[in-house]
Formats: sequence, C-alpha cells, structure tokens
Amino acid sequence: MSQNHHNDREPIFRMVKRAELPDRQITLLRLSALILALAAGGLFILSVGYNPFLIYGTILSGALRSPMAIQATVKIIVPLLITSLGVTLAFKMRFWNIGAEGQIIMGAVFASYFALFHADWNHWVLIVVMAAAGMIGGGLWGLLPAWFKANYGTNETLFTLMLNYIALHIVSWLQDGPWRDPGSQGFAKIARFDKNASLDKVLGVHFGWMIALALIVIVYVYLRYTKQGYEISVVGESQETARYAGMNVKKVLLRTMMLSGAVCGLCGMIQATGSDITLTTGVTGGVGFTAIIVAWLSQLNPVTILIVSVLFGILEKGSSVVQSSFGLSTDCADVLQGIILFFVLGCEFFIRYRLVRRKKRAEDRGEGGGR
Amino acid sequence: MSQSLERKNAIECRGITKSFGTVLANDHIDLTVRYGEVLALLGENGSGKTTLMNMLSGIYHPDEGSILIGGKETVIHSPVDAMSLGIGMIYQHFKLVDVFTAMDNIVLGTKEKRLSQKALKDKITGICQSFGLEIDPEKRVYEMSVSEKQTVEILKVLYRGAQILILDEPTAVLTPQETERLFAILRKMKEQGCAIIIITHKLNEVLEISDRVTILRKGKSIDTVQTAQADEKMLTELMVGQAVSLEIERPLIEEKQPILKVVDLTVTRPDGSVAIDDISFEIRRGEILGVAGVAGSGQKELCEAIAGLMKINKGAILYEKENIIGKTPAEIIKMGISMSFVPEDRLGMGLVASMGMVENMLLKTYRNSRGPFVDRRPAREMAENLVDKLGIVTPGVNTPVRLMSGGNVQKVLLGREIESKPNLLITAYPVRGLDIHSSYTIYDLLNEQKKQNVAVIFIGEDLDVLLELSDVIMVLSHGRITGFLDARKATKEQVGLYMTGAVKQEVGA
Repeated sequence: MSQNHHNDREPIFRMVKRAELPDRQITLLRLSALILALAAGGLFILSVGYNPFLIYGTILSGALRSPMAIQATVKIIVPLLITSLGVTLAFKMRFWNIGAEGQIIMGAVFASYFALFHADWNHWVLIVVMAAAGMIGGGLWGLLPAWFKANYGTNETLFTLMLNYIALHIVSWLQDGPWRDPGSQGFAKIARFDKNASLDKVLGVHFGWMIALALIVIVYVYLRYTKQGYEISVVGESQETARYAGMNVKKVLLRTMMLSGAVCGLCGMIQATGSDITLTTGVTGGVGFTAIIVAWLSQLNPVTILIVSVLFGILEKGSSVVQSSFGLSTDCADVLQGIILFFVLGCEFFIRYRLVRRKKRAEDRGEGGGR
Repeated sequence: MSQSLERKNAIECRGITKSFGTVLANDHIDLTVRYGEVLALLGENGSGKTTLMNMLSGIYHPDEGSILIGGKETVIHSPVDAMSLGIGMIYQHFKLVDVFTAMDNIVLGTKEKRLSQKALKDKITGICQSFGLEIDPEKRVYEMSVSEKQTVEILKVLYRGAQILILDEPTAVLTPQETERLFAILRKMKEQGCAIIIITHKLNEVLEISDRVTILRKGKSIDTVQTAQADEKMLTELMVGQAVSLEIERPLIEEKQPILKVVDLTVTRPDGSVAIDDISFEIRRGEILGVAGVAGSGQKELCEAIAGLMKINKGAILYEKENIIGKTPAEIIKMGISMSFVPEDRLGMGLVASMGMVENMLLKTYRNSRGPFVDRRPAREMAENLVDKLGIVTPGVNTPVRLMSGGNVQKVLLGREIESKPNLLITAYPVRGLDIHSSYTIYDLLNEQKKQNVAVIFIGEDLDVLLELSDVIMVLSHGRITGFLDARKATKEQVGLYMTGAVKQEVGA
C-alpha cells in the first residue's frame, strides 16, 4: 500500500448515470445545445472575418425572403426529407442502410426509362407508372444486400455502400451509350424529359413536397401502429427474441429493406422528373448521406425528421446566398453544419450522464499519506 | 501469526452511500471484514450488495462515506487500484480468454516482466499447493469445466497477491461436490490469513462457510451476526424484514395424462458439437418435471428444440401424439407450448429490453388481432392486471423493462407466459439471481399451473429447490440423460453424482 500518495484523491470529474429525465428538461437541454452551437459557429464566422449576426441573418433571409427563395428551399428539403424517412425504416431495424444514394439513383433510372421512351402516354398514367418504377428500382437495389445478409450473413454496411458506386456508373454508362441524347452534339448527356413526363407544379414547386408530407404520416403510422412496424422494432432489438416470438426474421429483413429502398427510389423518381427533368449522375445531390445524419439527429422520429430537414434546407439555401452576397464559400456552411452536429450529438451524452465534481473534503488533505 | 492478523480489519466501510439517479442503492452502509475470516453478505435482489462490492473493486465511487483498507483510509479509483491494494474480485461470469492456457490467463495484465514458462509454471504450482488448488497450468480454458475455470479466476487474484477476496455467487454454477471443494479452498485461504467476502443467496451455504454474516436490506446494513448463533429462519427474517415460511408446496395431482413425448432426440449446435445426444422422456399434465444438470449440459438446446428454434437431427417430439418437428415457432406457440428461458443476462430472448410491459405483452400475441394494425388495448389491460396480481414494481406499464429490477422482469416474463394459458410450460432458470421472496412467488405460480393441469418443465440450478418442487427429476450431463429419479425419494448427493455423468442409470420413469 505504498502508492497511497497519489491514490488519496478521486478524479476531478466523474460520470454519473442519470435517471430518465422528464421530456421538458430534455428539450431544454437540446435547445441550449443549439444555442451553444450557434455561438460557437458565430466565433468561427468571426474568426474568418465576418459579422456573425449579419451572416446568420442572411442565411435566414436568404432562404425565406421571397416566395421564390422559399420555393428553392423547399426543393432542397424534399429529397432530404423523403430519403431520411426511407433510411429510418431500415435503421429502426438496426440495418445500416448507407446505400440510399444508390437506391435513389436506381429509382431515377427506372423512372427515366418511361420518361424517355413512353412520354406519349396519358400524363397521369405515366406519372403513376414512373412512381411505381422508381419504387421498384430502389426497392430491388435495397433488397439485394438484404437478401445476401439474410442468406449468407454479409456485411450490409459495405454491401450497400458499394452498390452506390455501381448505380452511379450505370448512369454514366447510360448517358455515354444507350440513352445518349442524339441532339447533344457529342456531349455525353441524357435528353431533357418531355413536359408530359415531368411532375406538375403546385404552389410553384413540383408536387413532390406533397408526397413527402404524406410519407411522414405514412411512415409514422407504419412504424408506430402496424404489426409490421412492431416486428421491425423487435427484430431491431434482438433477432433472437424475434425468432422466439415466432417472427420470420428473414421475411421482416427483406420486406423492410425493400420498403426502405422503395422510399429512396421514389425520391429518385421525384428528383429526376420534378427537379432535374433529366437523368444525371448528380441526381442525388448527396442527400443519401446527409439523410443518415438527419435520421439520427431526429432519433428516427418522422415528425422530428421534418423539422431537422427544414433546418438543413434553410442552412443550405441560405449559405448559397451568403456566398453570392459576401463571397464566403459554401464550404463554411459545411463547417457550421459540423459544429452544430458536434453540439447536438454531444448533448445526448448529457441527457444520459452528468458530471459530478469532486467534493472538497478537509480530511482529504492531510490523511492519505500522513498515517 | 493468524492470531495477530485476526484482530486487524481488512476492510472497513463507514457510512457508504451511493445513489443512481433518484435510486439510493447504498444508504450509509457499515461493513467490516477481518483478516482470517469469511464474511457472508446476504440480501435480497436490489438490496445493494453488488453496488457495494463494485465500490470495493473500484468500478464505482461512493458519494459519501469512507473505505479503510488495512486500517488506512483509501480512495479506490479503478480495478487496478483495488488489485494493488490486495483486493481481488471473482465475478459470477468468468473473465477469461478461452484460447489461452490457464497460465497465460493468470499472468495476463500483470505489469512485471514475463517469467519463463518453467519458472511461471513452478510459481503457479507453488500457489496451488499452499491453498490446495488443483489445476493443470497448461490446459486451455475452452477445454475446462466450470469449476476449473473458477479455479483459474481464483488463481488470477492470488497470483497478484490478493489478501482480500470477494466472490459474487460463486456456487451458482457448481455441482454440490464442486461446491464442497471450493469451500475447502476458501477455508484454507482463511487459515492463511486472507479475508473473504462471499455473496450468495443460499442460506445453507452461508451457515456452512461463513464466520459472520452481514445482512443488507433496501440499501441499508441491517445487522451483522455471528454465524454460530444464526439459523436459516433468523437470517431470512432479517433479510426480508418479516417472518417467511420456507416450505415449498408440492401438491399431488392424481390424474396425469401424457402430453409430450420426446423420442430418440439428437440435436447438434451450429458449431457441429452434439448438444442433445439421443434422449427420450415423457411429461404428463399436472406434473412438474425438474431438469438438473451443470450449466451447458444441453438444457438450452432442449428448450429451443421443443420451441422449434433449433434444427433437429434425429428423433421425434410428439405433442398430443402429433410430431411437432418441422413446425415453425409461431405454430408451436399456437398449439399451447410456451417456453421461457432466462439466460445469464436475465432479459435475453424472452423480452425486448427497451420496450415497456405493454409492448412486451404483445410479443407472442400481436398476430392474433385482425387487420394490419396492432391492438394495444388488451395488452395494456393484461399488463395492468399482472402488476396487481404479481405485485410487480414499476413506475408505469410503459416504462422500458430494462429499467426494472431482475425480480420484476422475471415476473413479467413468466406472467405473460402463464397468461397465454399454455398446456405445456417450459421454464428455464426462472429464479435465476432472484431473492427468496421473489423466488417463492415464482414457485407458487408454477404450482398454480400444475394444479390447473398444465405440464411444467422446470430447468433449475438449485438442487434443493428442484428436489422440493418437482415430481420427477431428470438429470442431464453432456446432452445425455444420466438419471431419472422420483423427486420425493432422491437425495441431493444422488443428483449431484448423476450431474457429473459418473453414474449411468437405466432410463425409465
């Protein structure tokens, strides 16, 4: 017991597990995390030589100042929202679907086939067929890794990730070869879709936003109140328990991933026919990855996903305005996003634990080594 | 020498307090253990035993109070600190590297320079001899029996020079013979001047091995008594806080119709080893069939085979004369076979930890409602019903079950199974880690089922309970049935002997 000299103190801080906090306190904690994030982001803006209040103000007004700006913001929000809902289905089952990018692309590819070669169909028939094709394309692209996981235990993270690149290169090949626009004078690109094959506008934005809102309700009800939703949560918690309860784990796995992929595929269809009016390799705009962040930040709650997607949309649209009016690169917006994430995720730690400072005790001083 | 040591306190806890959130796990606990004595720590589930021991081994820090080791006030930061203070903890679940030899496991994590194989072997053999331990230092852990693994755990702390040993329910996984051997080792350590704290639920063991008993109840140290002046009744009363009857009833049902017949069943594990080796038995309604055996003798696989969760290699399982092999788990549940297995981590596969009682009630019945939606109303009623009937303590029926204490979780599990009105109830380790009070509630529940003409297969650890509760006892050893005994006549020693697989007896009920 000779080393008591350095042993006579507790660590300065120690973690103490909290009891479950009341909801109001959790909200308060999250809110303060957001305020802290804005403050830290402000310091960052200050350090690159701008007035944080001005920049924040411009982000907000840039995204919402006019009907035009709002429409543009909504166009950014829609794909992010739908994709987040899609990956949420898989994440609830603890299936790490990071292949939303690929599923979006395949959805877009399947839908584009009809847009390019059957543009003469009745408009509404065509829209419905394209939506169905998009869902099938995305669904199959999601089913593939699930099937391999169910039968051979492959790693879904790697599998879904790699399928992203395959999907991407399928588009490159299509625009280079079979679907190349003959009127593009040598450019490798796919022709612009016929007006008959593009989504109608409602309130100035393609009606994908209505689909997105409907999907929030559908996904919420599906996860919360249906038998299939219940099965997803049990399988996510423990496959052993699910088997024990008589669930067909394989079936649940395949069905859920098919649905997850289908929602992402629908997003691809909406992007291609509503936003881009053609098929390009940039159809996803990276939402497949951002959606993962949105889904986690929202703790897989569809209603929260709406709020978070809107905030992300405003940040993105607003910072492009900041770039054009101040010359501050949009990369700075990414840094801001990172800072916000850091604080919000960090605050989850404090919801579960609190730090307790070492108590000052008089007897701590002399006794340890003295005797 | 032992005379002078006996007077010295190895550990003295003064007013130890520790809370988790709003729960006060330890409330001003005082505890003293001297060198050269065995102190038993007794208490119901949730009385704070494990919390207290975790503070002594440096995993938690007390909020208040002080710990004196060898008479000197100390703060224990970490398990490494505890070790350097001479405190060694032996957990219920072994922490060994399976593919390493006993020797490698023993020296793993020590800071000194590695000795040569031979020197190390000699050193370990030396320790073994002085405490009466038996082990082959070069044997690999995965080839060892449970009691050998425990021996390695003990050697691990002795090798590090521990003078104070804490054992958390060390006998839970041992046969009676192995328990005897462990106690002989503990007595030897005591003679050598070690201080030993042993946590156990088994009162007869407390009386046999300890010198003094400290009793905890609801986080407070209630009393410390000399074992010589104590008996089971007195200890139970101190522990529970009221007089309790220690009799387990065994109602006799006259008419017993066969319900399940297992014929020549062979099951292999996914890794290819044989789990159940050609067994045949029968169970009748209104009967409790007790299954005894050392952990890992095929109990789990037997449960899973009947529940349809495991692939069956050979043989048949006849339920009401119908072969159920090849049926899906869902079909088997529907036929009225209920299986609940309480694994080491308590929650295991019977319950979903993050869900509340209501959602857990739905686990096997959610399919029964019509339409695509889950009907939660009956489940809620059932949950509220169970709370009343079984005295389940929970803040609410939607509180995640992982936040409930072990006893309550097990009541939820068994309660749900019984509510499903099964014809055959298989329950494995339903009282695992439960205190006396909760255990008796569970025994009563099982007897209730038996009276209602349900066939019960009870897989248990505690032989005393098995002998008192069951009608027939089946002993498993390495996947084979080594004995089939009338529980009214069998003795504990007999069962223990069959458990080791030493004796083979003609099967016949």
